[in-house]
Order: sequence, then C-alpha cells, then structure tokens
Amino acid sequence: MRSAHNRTTEEWIWLVVLWVSACGVLFFLMAPILAIIPLSFNEGQFLTYPLSGFSLRWYEDFFTDESWIRALKNSVIIGVASTLLATVLGTLASLGLIKATFRGKGFLMALLLSPMIVPLVITAVGFYLFFAPYGLTASYTGLILAHTALASPFVVIAVSATLQGFDMNLARAAAGLGADPVTVFRRVMLPLIAPGVASGALFAFATSFDEVVVVLLVAGPEQRTLPREMFSGIRENISPTITAVATILIVFSTLLLVSLEVLRRRNERMRGIRG
Amino acid sequence: MDDGLSLKVKLRRAERMRQWRAFGLIAPMLLFLVVIFVVPIADMLRRSVHDVDLSEVWPRTTQAIGAWTDRTQAPDEPIFAALAQDIRDSQANRTLATAARRLNYDFSGSRSLIFGTARALPEDAPSWKAAVLEANDTWASPEIWAAIDRASGPITAFFLLQALDLERDPMGNLRAAPEDESIYLDVLARTFGVSLSVTLLCLALGFPVAYLLATLPPSKANPLMILVLLPFWTSLLVRTAAWIVLLQDQGLVNGALQWMGIIEHPIRLIFNRAGVLIAMTHVLLPFMILPLYSVMKGIPPVYMRAARSLGAPPTVAFLRIYLPQTLPGIAAGTLLTFIIALGYYITPALIGGAADQMVSYFIAFYTSDTVNWGMASALGTVLLTATLILYTIYNRLIGADQVKLG
Repeated sequence: MRSAHNRTTEEWIWLVVLWVSACGVLFFLMAPILAIIPLSFNEGQFLTYPLSGFSLRWYEDFFTDESWIRALKNSVIIGVASTLLATVLGTLASLGLIKATFRGKGFLMALLLSPMIVPLVITAVGFYLFFAPYGLTASYTGLILAHTALASPFVVIAVSATLQGFDMNLARAAAGLGADPVTVFRRVMLPLIAPGVASGALFAFATSFDEVVVVLLVAGPEQRTLPREMFSGIRENISPTITAVATILIVFSTLLLVSLEVLRRRNERMRGIRG
Repeated sequence: MDDGLSLKVKLRRAERMRQWRAFGLIAPMLLFLVVIFVVPIADMLRRSVHDVDLSEVWPRTTQAIGAWTDRTQAPDEPIFAALAQDIRDSQANRTLATAARRLNYDFSGSRSLIFGTARALPEDAPSWKAAVLEANDTWASPEIWAAIDRASGPITAFFLLQALDLERDPMGNLRAAPEDESIYLDVLARTFGVSLSVTLLCLALGFPVAYLLATLPPSKANPLMILVLLPFWTSLLVRTAAWIVLLQDQGLVNGALQWMGIIEHPIRLIFNRAGVLIAMTHVLLPFMILPLYSVMKGIPPVYMRAARSLGAPPTVAFLRIYLPQTLPGIAAGTLLTFIIALGYYITPALIGGAADQMVSYFIAFYTSDTVNWGMASALGTVLLTATLILYTIYNRLIGADQVKLG
C-alpha cells in the first residue's frame, strides 16, 4: 500500500468512489437481514415500520404451533440423517480422490460434484419420477436419500481442501512404525483432518436445512420441513410468525458461520504444526 | 538387470493396488450418486422422448395407424375399426382419460372429442368409419389422426419440439407452433435474460466489494467479510421473506424513497421483474464476490506499483495492469452466478409475477400440477443441456473443485 501522503487527487477520488460503492453494496447485502429482525418483536399485526410496541408473541406463536414445531423436528431429523450419510460418503471419497492419479479422475470429480451444479428443480423432478414406483415419495427415507445426494459434494469440497494441506509423510511414518491402515486413519489422519470433516458436515447440514425445491416436490404433508412451511407461509400471506422464524434462522446461521470460522482457524493452526 | 525389472514390475503392481484402493474409497459415494442422482435424471431425460401413454391404452389404433399413408385425408375402415374397439375397451377399463389427456397435449379439444365419441358410439356397426364420423365429424380431419400417429410412440420428438415452440404438420414437416401455444421460447429467452441481467448486476456490485476486501489489511477486511458471508449463510427463504417485507407498498424501500422525495406514491416493487432482479442479485452476489476476492487476493501489488512509478495515471494503471489480472476471477464468478441463476425457482416463484417465471417454474408446474411429465422432461432437458455446457466450460477454465464456498 502506498502511504497516504503520496496519493494524487485522482487516486483520492477513486478511493472515495471505491469505499462509497463497496459500503453501499455491503449495506444492500445486510439490509434485508437487519430489517426483518425488529419486526419479529413487533406487537402489531402489520409488517411495517414504525413498530407499535415490544412483544414476544410471534415467538410464542412459533413454539406453540403444532405445524411449525413438526416442521422444525422434520428439518432436524432429515438434516442430521443426511449429514451423517453425506459426511461418511464424502470423506471416504475425498480420501480416495487425493490418492487417485488414474485417468478419468477429472471426470469423476466433476460427476461427484455435479449435484451442486444441476438445477435443483431437475434433481427434484428426477427424484419425484424415480421415487414414486418404490413408494419413496412422501417418505423420510426418500428425502434423506435425496438430501444426502445434494449435500455430499459440499463435504468433498471441504475435506479435499483440508487434505491438500495434509502431509502424507505422517501417514507413511505411522504405517512404517507398524500401524495398520485403519489405525493410521483413526489415530493420525482423522485428528488432523477433523476440522475439515466438521466444516464439511456443517455445509452438508446447512444444505439440507435450507433445501426447499426437492421437499416441495417429493415430501408429503407429514414431512414438511421448516423451509417448506415458510414457503407456504410466504406464498399465502406473510404472518409476523414468519419474521420470528426468520430471526431464529438468522441466529442459527450466525452460529454456523462462527463455528466454520473457528474450524478454519483450527485447521490453519494444525497446518502450522507441520510447517 | 533382472532385479531392476522385477522392482519395476513390483512398483507398478503396488501403484496399481494403490489406485484400486483409492477407487474403492470413492466407490461408495459414486455408486450412491449414480443410483440416487444420475439414474433418476437419466430416466427423466428418457421421458422427454419416451411416449407410451397412448400406445398402452390404445394398442390397436397405435399399431394400425402405421398403415395410414395418404395423409391428406382421414384413414380407411380398418384404422377406424381399431379406434372404435380401443375406445370401447378403454371406456370399460377406465383408461379413456389417459388417452384423452395425452392427445389433448397435441390436439386441443381432444378431451371432449374422445369422451363425446365414446358416448355416441353404437354397440355394433356395419361400417365403423361411418359410425365414428357420425358420432363426431372431427374424425374426418387428418389433423387428429396425425396427432394420434405422433403419440403412438414409443419414441417421440413431440415434447422436445414443443419446448422449442415447434410442431409437425400432418405431413410431418416442421413448422412454428400456433401463436397461442408458443410460450416456451419466450420462457427460455426470459430465463436467459434474467440470468444475464442478474449476473451483470452481481459483477458490477461485487467487483468493488471484492477489490476493497482484497486490498485492505486482514484486520480490517475480516470484519467486512462477515457482512458478505452472513447473508450467504442465511436461509434463502429468510432472505426472500425479508425482501418481500422491504419491497412491499408500505415497505421500508418505498418509505425511504418517499421520505427522500424521489417518489410521491409507492411504486410497485414486488410481483414484478424489478423485485426478481433485486432479490436474485442479493442472493447470488456472494457467489460473485468470493471467486473475485480469491483471485484478487493473489494479485501481487508490485505490478500496480511498477506501472504507477513508470508514470501511468491510476485509472490507466488499473485498466491496463490490474483489471486483466482479475479476468480469471471474473470468468469464475460470472459463470458460477449465471449457472446458478439459470435454474432459479424459489425466488421468482415468490417475488415474481406471472410474467417473471423462469423455466424451472414450468418444469415443476408440469411435474406436479398438470402431470405432463413429457413436457416437464423436455424443458428439463433443455435447461440441463444449457447448464452442463456451461459447467463443462467452467470445469475446463477453472476446475470443478475450485467452487468457492467461503
């Protein structure tokens, strides 16, 4: 960076333009999130400012409404189950991919990551038509399988990134000292790549927890998840309860972001050990 | 020499074992995705050309129609007899609606034609052709017979052609579909247009943010980065709901514009194109900022300094030296944003009006609302083809595993 006293007028103008436009865009990014939170504590029915008084009634609404609670439960059940499956599948695949040098590896990688890229509606229609004959539509199993497919690429990305920084000599040293492959993985590799696996699992959970297109097409009334319930809520008539749910979800994503940041720092520290 | 060779062989064998083991680790996920993801999508693609609805319920007619050669007029007695038999049978086992639905995709009015004919058909007739024509003289037109022929399967281009607003005339020549049925090219153009606008908006808005984040020292950049990542991690439904609240007639945006005196009365910002563009840009902006940021982060500042010290004015130095180095990031960000935008469904469905729905909406609509799976699959094929072409380009240029998630 050039020190400030060297800047010409032209540079100053550009600097001001840069800061003003960047801060404007950052405001644009945060505004909707910040605007919806106060409304959830509003006493009145209407989703407009100024607020008419403080109240927790919309939170009470959420926690006492049977369909919202069932939706929350469904989201957690489906999210946890598909996260477990996706984390196992994705971590194994990443371990294989880092060792693989065979031809077609690039294609394989593209295939494994394709659920991230293929439009959700196509994936959803595929599931819908394919699951129907096996009675998997309107079932938890169907949704868990579908969400596992959507979430596992995110695990591959997160774990692969960590493995790229992993010193394979550590595994070789352990093997050379007589550890069998399972022990090498459990005692040497897993502790070192654990932050990557954990952030992969968080990505996977977030993917399932926020997914609504597949749920729209494949789930029955029994499997309605939180985003699905929000979708109907928004489509019909936004009630203030939606703003309470939204605020809860914003708190949730903040926690998610903080955990990921902690994991990233941990991962960097771990890499620091070998450096 | 002998030892050397055997060592070589051993090495190769060991390496092969290693590769098999590596593949073994990938196999579970690969197998899972093939069964749960690839096969269903392949099956969906098959449905866009696979058409057995009619031949399953009207086996005789769809068989016999092959003998219809003079396509300028209705066919002869045997085909009419087959039709009469099929109508009686499918009336008896309640499959008439399936036939009517399939033919209605192609020939509007088929539903009432078929049900009316079924009601009016006599028990027995000396000439079925006369009896059928007596029941409804629409059967004299070659158009309905051509529709039956097109629907007799098992392979058809009908749905794919329809997805591109094309159809075949009774003689089998391609022609543009009638005006009132030509909606899909519009939908595809709209999908493309909205995606392109959103991508360009994201680039214009994302560039300064990425630049600022990449050039600030980490102690200042990190807190600002949170402002990009928090919206990125916030549920799509939450962000969509928030935009509806903000953009409604009594919302904060209209309030602010009125307060500043820019407008006198609230302007309509939701259930139209403006709302879709605003909300989609908001949702997709992080997908532009993050790849741009990671490329800009890797650009050494020395080039800019060199250009400046050699006398280039800042604007020239930026355009000639800095901007070209950000091209990989621009390519990655625009491709990624565009690919994701193409398949967007939820945001336009909730914030857009009827004229803002993109191709995904129609795919979902045909799947669950009208159960026209052929049409859903055909539109899906078009969307998937476009996505896969772009994904391949992305893969070649950037590499699939470089998708940045924060």
